[in-house]
Amino acid sequence: MATVINMPKLGFDMAEGRLIRWVKAQDEAVQKGEVLAEIETDKATVEVESQESGVVRVHLVAENSLVPVGSPIAILGTADEAIDLEALVGKSGPARPAAAKPAAPQAQTAAVPAGPHETEAEGDGNLPAGLRATPVARRLARERGLDLNSLSGSGPQGRILKSDVEAALIAPAPAPSLQAARPAAATERVQLSKLRAIIGRRMTASKQSLPHFYLTADLDAGPLMALRGDLNSRMPQDQQFSVNDFLVKSAALALREFPNLNASLEGEEIVRHGQINIGVAVAMDDGLLTVVAREADQKPLRTLSAELRQVVARAREGRVRPADIEGSTFTVSNLGMFQLDQFTAIINPPEAAILAVGSVRQEPVVVDGQITIGQRMRVTLSADHRVTDGAEAARWLQVYRSYVEHPVHLLV
Amino acid sequence: MAVITMREAISQALWEEMERDERVIILGEEVGVWGGTYAVTKGFYDHFGPERVRDTPIAESVIVGAANGAAMAGLRPVAELMTINFAFLAMDQIVNHAAKLRYMFGGQMSVPVVIRAVSGGGRQLGATHSQTPDAIFAHFPGLKVVAPGTPHDAKGLLKAAIRGEDPVLFIEHATLYQFRGEVPDQEYLEPIGVSKVQRPGSDVTVVAYSKTLQHSLQAAEQLAQEGIQIEIVDLRSLRPLDMGPVLESFKRTNRAVIVEEGWRSYGVGAEVAARIAEEAFDYLDAPIRRVAQAEVPLPYNQALEQMALPQVDDIVSAVREVL
Repeated sequence: MATVINMPKLGFDMAEGRLIRWVKAQDEAVQKGEVLAEIETDKATVEVESQESGVVRVHLVAENSLVPVGSPIAILGTADEAIDLEALVGKSGPARPAAAKPAAPQAQTAAVPAGPHETEAEGDGNLPAGLRATPVARRLARERGLDLNSLSGSGPQGRILKSDVEAALIAPAPAPSLQAARPAAATERVQLSKLRAIIGRRMTASKQSLPHFYLTADLDAGPLMALRGDLNSRMPQDQQFSVNDFLVKSAALALREFPNLNASLEGEEIVRHGQINIGVAVAMDDGLLTVVAREADQKPLRTLSAELRQVVARAREGRVRPADIEGSTFTVSNLGMFQLDQFTAIINPPEAAILAVGSVRQEPVVVDGQITIGQRMRVTLSADHRVTDGAEAARWLQVYRSYVEHPVHLLV
Repeated sequence: MAVITMREAISQALWEEMERDERVIILGEEVGVWGGTYAVTKGFYDHFGPERVRDTPIAESVIVGAANGAAMAGLRPVAELMTINFAFLAMDQIVNHAAKLRYMFGGQMSVPVVIRAVSGGGRQLGATHSQTPDAIFAHFPGLKVVAPGTPHDAKGLLKAAIRGEDPVLFIEHATLYQFRGEVPDQEYLEPIGVSKVQRPGSDVTVVAYSKTLQHSLQAAEQLAQEGIQIEIVDLRSLRPLDMGPVLESFKRTNRAVIVEEGWRSYGVGAEVAARIAEEAFDYLDAPIRRVAQAEVPLPYNQALEQMALPQVDDIVSAVREVL
C-alpha cells in the first residue's frame, strides 16, 4: 500500500521547509532509517530519514521547492503497484507532480510563491520571486559574491542594473592613514552565508519583538570546579565532563520548578512545554547552531555529557539530524572559554529565556569575614517579559545557583 | 586624402577595376550612352566602349541572368539594377542561380558577379520604388550582401567585391550618392564581412549600416551634447555578418540599439538582437531596442514618408530608452 510522505515539522515554529535535495531518486529503493532528502529549515539543513522501507515512487515536489509543513512531498510504495495520485494526495495536492520529469529550476521555484523573507539567492535560476535584475547584473553579482537582495534597483520597476551592482562593489576610498608605513588591507565584501542570514533574521525578529529583561548573578563556581576535577581524574580522556554539562543539568533541574521559563508564547497562550530540552549554543565557523540536550533534567549527568559531545561533534561537521537541533525549550550559551566576565544573550525564539554564562574567574572573595581566593562565575538570564517577570526569573536564578554551588545534587 | 562623394567613390572603384582587369564589364539599363540613372557610369561608355559597357533592355531577369552567364564563362560582370525593387523580377537569377550554382555543381564553376542595386526610401518614389528590402537578400546562403555607409567603404568594398569569386549584391542607398567623405589617394581594398566601429563610445552600442550609419552619427553628435557617448558599429556587410565588433562593444556597454531602414519584422535588427541574446546574454543590462521603418508601405506624401522612415530623433530616443 503506497504511503504519502509529508514535509515533517521539525520545530515548534516551523511553518515550511525547503527541500534542498532528493537523496533517493524516483524508483530508488529506500530502507527504513535511510536518508530520503535534505531539508532546509529556518535553522539548518537537516537530513530526513525514511520512516519505512519501500520504493520512492513519486517525487511530488522538485528540489529547491519551499513546502508547507504537512504537505505531501513523495509517495513511497512497492516497485510495481499502481499509484493513484489523486486518491493519495487529492486534487489539492501539488498541481504538477514531478513524476514525468523534473522541470527547470526556475519553474520549480516559481511553483511556490515566495514570501517577503524568501531571500536566499543561489545562482541565476533561483532568484526569489519579485527580484528583478538584468543578466549582466546577475552575472557580476555572482562573480563578485554579492547578494542581489541587498541592493535596490534603479531600473524600471526596481530592476537591478549593472550600475547598481558596480556602485555596491565600489568600496569607499580608504582615508589616508597617519601610520602610512603599512598599506591598509583591501576592503572585502563577503556574501552572507545561509546560516549567517538565518541567524540575522531570527535574532533581529527576537530583539525587535520580544521585550527582553536581564538578570545577572555572580555564582561560586568553586565546588563545581572541584567536583568536576575529581570526577574527570577518574574518567578516560574522551569522556571528560565539561563545565557546561553541569550548567545544562543545573538549568534543566531548575526549570522543573519554573514551567513559565520553559515555555513559548503562542498568540494569547503560554505553552508550558512538557519536556525540558536544553539548547546549547555551538559556535561554528560561519555562525552558530543550537543543539539540543533532550529531557536534560531526566538524564544522568554522564549520559547527558556523552549525548552532548556527540551532537556537538555532528554540528561542527555539518551533519546534524533534525532531532539534534529542533525542539529546545531553553538555551544555555556559554562563552566561558573566552575570558570574559559576563554577557547578555538574545532569546532564541520561540523560547522564553536564555542563560549567558561567562568565564570562571579566580578572585578574592570574602568568606566568614576573611578574604580568600575564590572561583566565581557570572551568569545573565535574558527572559521574555510577556511570559515571565523579574521576580520569577530571579527565583529561578536562586534555584539555579543552589544547583551550581552544590553540584553534588546533580549526581543524585 | 581627397573628399569625394559616394557616387564618385563608386565610380572610381568601377573605373579602376575596369582599367586593372579587362574581364570587368558593366551591364544595365541606361548605363552606357546615358551614363547611368544615378550617373555612376558617366563617361564609361566613351572610354571603355560598347563591348564592356552594355545597355540592356528593361528586363532585370535578363540583366542578372546574362551577368551570371558571363561570370560563369570567365568575365567579371557588374550588373546595375536601377532600384533594388526591380531585383524582385530577377529573384530567380539572384537567389537560385547566382547564389547556388557553385554549390550545386560541386564547385565546377563560380559566379563572380556583382549586382549593384539602389535601395532605400526618402525620395518620394512611392511604395513600390522606395523599399529597403536588404534583409530579404541577406537571408540566402551563397550570396554576399554588402551595404556601405561611407564613400571610403563603398570604394574599398566594391573593388573587393569585383575581385572576389562569389556573387555579391552591392546595395547603394539612393540618398547617399551626394554624401561626401574622405577617401585615400592610393589604392586600397576593404574586406567583405568585417564590421567596423565608426565612432567609439562607452554608453550604448548602436548597430547600423548604410544610410542609418549616417543617421546614427548625427544622433551621436546630439547625444554627446548631453554627455551620452554611443559607440557605432557599422555592419557594412549583412552576409557574412561579422558580430565580433558588435559583441565586443556590447560587452562593454551592455546596451544596444539596432538601426535599420527596412521594416522591423524579421529584419536586420531582429537578427543582430538575437545574436546578442544568444552570445552575450550575461552582459545584457537593458532590453535591446530596434529602430526601423514603420510597418506600412512607404507613403508617397513627403511628410508621411519622413515619418515612416527612421530618423535621427528616433535613434536619440531609443538610446535614451535603454539608458
